[in-house]
Amino acid sequence: MGTSRIPLLERLPHVQPFDRLVTDHGALVLRVCRATVGATDAEDAWSETFLSALHGYPELPPDTNVQAWLVTLAHRRSVDLLRRRARQPVPTDRLPDRPSPDGAADSSAMDADLYRELGRLTERQRLCVVYHHLGGLPYREVAALVGGTEAAARRAAADGIKALRATLLVTEGAQR
Amino acid sequence: MTRSAAPLTQDTTARERLEPALHALLTASDDDERATLARLREELGAAAWRTGVTDVVYTTVPSPVGPLLVATTARGIVRVAYEREDHDRVVTALAERVGPRVLRADEPLAEAASQLEQYFAGELRRFDLPLDLRLAAGFRREVLDQLTRIDFGRTLSYAEVAMASGHPRAVRAVGTACARNPLPVVVPCHRVVRSDGSTGQYVGGTEAKTTLLALERSGGTTAGSR
Repeated sequence: MGTSRIPLLERLPHVQPFDRLVTDHGALVLRVCRATVGATDAEDAWSETFLSALHGYPELPPDTNVQAWLVTLAHRRSVDLLRRRARQPVPTDRLPDRPSPDGAADSSAMDADLYRELGRLTERQRLCVVYHHLGGLPYREVAALVGGTEAAARRAAADGIKALRATLLVTEGAQR
Repeated sequence: MTRSAAPLTQDTTARERLEPALHALLTASDDDERATLARLREELGAAAWRTGVTDVVYTTVPSPVGPLLVATTARGIVRVAYEREDHDRVVTALAERVGPRVLRADEPLAEAASQLEQYFAGELRRFDLPLDLRLAAGFRREVLDQLTRIDFGRTLSYAEVAMASGHPRAVRAVGTACARNPLPVVVPCHRVVRSDGSTGQYVGGTEAKTTLLALERSGGTTAGSR
């Protein structure tokens, strides 16, 4: 690609209008935010995620995986937001292994059960499940966000999925 | 087994391991969520516009000649586009030529939308909007300057516009400049017709041009009699 570039052609490197990122990834980012900061703060986290993405967008390298980039920004903005709310510093690189207070509060959406169950996981499990299974980040990148090793992130996600499977299957069975 | 470092678009393997409920969370989209996203999106566009982080903000407004895309920069209205120009392509071209931070929002374009609405109702004879003419350079830009001088309800021929812009032989170039007008309706290229009086080509299609000219003929009398 680099070899065929014509220097005189004044094209900006990012031909994809930012708007299209919002169309393509807006729903996913909202779900990630709901799962990380809870339904109440999800909208603020969503807005802050896309505003900071907008700032960085012109300098974003063309081969960036946009979804992974947005999920990473969503994580950082969520941590900022929780820190402000709690007025209690939470280091970005090491999240406490305890259930979060606001976890994933009920949403009126059809996924209410799942969000509630996600909220019952430890914070580390929840983030590992959400960033890997929802956000599509490989465990190496999940570990970079939540701290610890890649293997630990994989284990936390597996434990989280196991817990979800147990509770959700029981709930489903009970409804029938 | 150890291939988890692969690019993450291959989320199918991840999905296969998911519980159906988790998969539903990933893919399902209900009306509540769509409404929330639409609202968040408008708020994002308006907030970004207020803080000056956008290159272009656009919206679409309904009109008798079909939905019009209207786009603005911090300097002024930079683009008006007919649906037949393909709004998706127009937005991509704006990202390429003006800047990639393109967002959709209604609020920053409320005044433009209101003036267009009044124009189509025959209640506005001259647009009073800041214009950003960066998408037209050189002679094309000069032609646009001439076009803004043609009053509501009047028409000039391509030859007359060529004459007025000081290049009487550039009749074809005037035609090209009109055809590539980045601001149709607002910069009234529809008021340029053939010397024999026939309508001629138009970026929005000849039907749209006929509609606008008819509207200005009747709208002119309506507005004048008030």
